[in-house]
Amino acid sequence: MSEQPILEAREVTKAFGGILALNRVSFDVFPGEILGIIGPNGSGKTTLVNCITSFVKLTSGTIRFKGTDITRKPAHKIADMGITRTFQIMRPYYSLPAYKNLVIPLFSPRAKRTGGWRGGGKLGDRNTVGIDILEEIGFERDSYVPYKMASALPTGYLKRLELARCLALKPELILCDEVFSGLSMSEIASMVPLIERLQMDGITLIMIEHRLRELFRVANRVMVLNFGEKLVEGTPDEVMADKSVKEAYFGSEEVEEVMTYA
Amino acid sequence: MDILIYGTINSIALALMALGFALVYGISRVPNFAHGAIYVLSGFITWTLLNSFGVPYALSILITMVLIGILGAVLYQFVLIRVRGMAISEIIASYAIGLAILEGLRWGGFKGMSYTLPVFIEGSVIVVGIPVDYQRMVVVGLGILIVVVLWAFTHFTRIGLALRGMAQDERAALMLGIDSDIMALVSMAIGAMLAGLAGAVLLPLGNIVVESGYNVLILAIAVCIVGGLGSWVGAVLAAFLIGFAQILTVVYLGSHYQMVVALLAIILTLILRPSGLFGMQKELEERV
Amino acid sequence: MGNGNTEQRRRERLDRGIKVRSDGLYALMSWRELAYLIVPRLVLIVGLLVLPLVMPGAYWQRVITIVCIYALLALSFDFLAHYLGLVCLGGAFFVGVGGYIAAMFNSSLSLPPLLTVPVATILGAVICTLLLLPCLPLRGVYFAIVTLMYPLVLARIIEALDIFGGTDGIMGVDSFANQWLEQYAVISLVLLFLFGTRRLVNVDLGLVFRAVKDNDQAVRASGMNISFYKAIAVFVASAMGCLGGACLVHIYMWAGISLFALDFSILPIAATVIGGAGTLVGPVLGCIILVPISELLREFGTLRIVFYSLILVGFVVFRSEGLMVYGERKYHQFQRWVKV
Repeated sequence: MSEQPILEAREVTKAFGGILALNRVSFDVFPGEILGIIGPNGSGKTTLVNCITSFVKLTSGTIRFKGTDITRKPAHKIADMGITRTFQIMRPYYSLPAYKNLVIPLFSPRAKRTGGWRGGGKLGDRNTVGIDILEEIGFERDSYVPYKMASALPTGYLKRLELARCLALKPELILCDEVFSGLSMSEIASMVPLIERLQMDGITLIMIEHRLRELFRVANRVMVLNFGEKLVEGTPDEVMADKSVKEAYFGSEEVEEVMTYA
Repeated sequence: MDILIYGTINSIALALMALGFALVYGISRVPNFAHGAIYVLSGFITWTLLNSFGVPYALSILITMVLIGILGAVLYQFVLIRVRGMAISEIIASYAIGLAILEGLRWGGFKGMSYTLPVFIEGSVIVVGIPVDYQRMVVVGLGILIVVVLWAFTHFTRIGLALRGMAQDERAALMLGIDSDIMALVSMAIGAMLAGLAGAVLLPLGNIVVESGYNVLILAIAVCIVGGLGSWVGAVLAAFLIGFAQILTVVYLGSHYQMVVALLAIILTLILRPSGLFGMQKELEERV
Repeated sequence: MGNGNTEQRRRERLDRGIKVRSDGLYALMSWRELAYLIVPRLVLIVGLLVLPLVMPGAYWQRVITIVCIYALLALSFDFLAHYLGLVCLGGAFFVGVGGYIAAMFNSSLSLPPLLTVPVATILGAVICTLLLLPCLPLRGVYFAIVTLMYPLVLARIIEALDIFGGTDGIMGVDSFANQWLEQYAVISLVLLFLFGTRRLVNVDLGLVFRAVKDNDQAVRASGMNISFYKAIAVFVASAMGCLGGACLVHIYMWAGISLFALDFSILPIAATVIGGAGTLVGPVLGCIILVPISELLREFGTLRIVFYSLILVGFVVFRSEGLMVYGERKYHQFQRWVKV
């Protein structure tokens, strides 16, 4: 791949007290691809997202986005450059209706510049734009759902709302922190095409997942983290075939059984 | 040299004032804005016992400690427990209680210069050429004693260990069978007693006035913020930092600036290192 | 309570039909619906405007003015606490800054009150915002602590350094041209800011404020600088406080350390909690109730503060919803017992 990577992480290290949550992790993300990041619980996946989006500060290492060093930039500047994230524990604005939730990201400087998702540099009425985004992401426009309080929405819609909030910024890179977790099979089945559509629209995605089957279906490449270190990186097939991954991820005994399931 | 000695005394006095606040916040995450009021109240209770009821001094201090401890527990059990976890309500409720105590005392006639507690032991001692009265020596001794006792208490007793466990992670402590409400109650009682004790040893150095309640609250909070909210070690260290800074400003600029030191200390800490010297709060939670 | 029947019954609350229909754009469909929306507002506006006329004597008219000044403070507290999650324990800080600025401009530059009040509002708000800036990026109790400290420390500095008139204060500040101007100026300011803030919290900028309170991390992830939005809100709130302070100075014709007094910090909080936190109208209502009571109790001195504090603790601890929330619910919904 001779292409210029959209995101370069070099030797990213994060220590919480004496514990190394991330130990010299380096990787590239290329424009338009979906990079899956998997790993057992506590392997540093969410910390990595927090580091890239500057929600926690790196201990050492550098992160570059389209050639610019973003390591020490504050979180809102990073989002302003086009890197958005979803939260593993969903964080909607519970006291506002779903469509009003999108008014907030649409109020940001980046949305004003870009006009929001599908916007051509001009932002219309924020409520209308918000409902448009919600419709694209799977909220039925003519139903009552977009007008419901966020606190009354079921998990599936909240996950979509998280994604919608990213889209409102017209992002170039979305970091999805476990968008599939907590969803029923049918909800996941409808989420996968959505992710694929985002990729077709030219958005680069980093997906952190525990649901391997769905992830391996959509991801172009997969990186495996274990105890804060990068174990392997490669296409889903390569990763699935890798012996060390199996041992780290599933424990050594049940490898065969689980892999056939996955 | 006198800067060193007076600085040390002042620092230990500050640490005494702040420890109670730090302890309560560290364990139960309740910012006890009634701290200063409890400090002053203990002085007035001791004074009343001593002068109106003729109870011997030592005994009246003891009774005061018990009463103040009970007061702390009652405040927790009947007021703060109902608002725990709701930041706005916690602050307003504890602050309002503090105000009610202080202004109630003021209304009850406890004002002016007529209220003083006798020092424990008359006289003074010469420390490397500077006369220091015994009361200040008591402050230093007691300060060190309290730190040692607290350390031992939290490291070697069951309740102490439970308190530390709760300070680290309340939910985890709950799962290990530690009753967090009882522990918070205990912490509040101990915190109130610490405030009372600080009042009992520090107030003989001057008059008992209602205003000092606000001063003590501010100083305690300043010390705790500089040291990192919730950290006792940080609080002790910060007490020395602010204590010496205060003595230095008094010597070189004049005594008016003492309060400014506390305010500046808070603001500088918030700008430079919001988690304080030994803050336990994670960056993610703290810096928004 | 206690008898077996209650377990089979529960309260059911239903929106009145007229509320369901008139909540949005359909408000103007009929006179009835129009009245449903407008009458409560009209009662408040007309009520406030008529108050000075029905008051017996100058003393009680003055009380109405004081009510309005406290109402501004309570509004500012309610706005910050319930739409941004910033608990301000130092309303007196805003009053003091605004008051001293107005007094100084008036006494040293001899500007008329008509000029000093706006100047003090804007300049005071800028100063307050700048002074509070360090604690804005932080969550938690820091804002409460710092706002608690400022009035106490500032009063002490003025006292100790003998600046701005020291303990004597600044005397001989001009009063408003006449009493009616004074009263109707503050009343209309209260109405202006009341409806202004109610509007503000519902426009897009206000939604951002509420989002900051709900969930600041998500706002940050949306590419917005939280401290900036908090600073705007603090500017608005401190402008209200400074305005109150500036008016107060011109009413009493004197600025002194008592501008930093606790009353200005604690009474607005009590009024907010009693009137209904988060409603913005509630605090004004709370002031209309509390301030006259406080005037009646003037002879008790500091006992008044004890009284507010205890009311406050009671309301907070028993999670009382406040008069306005209760009233709104009664107005919009009816309640009935249904068998389960």
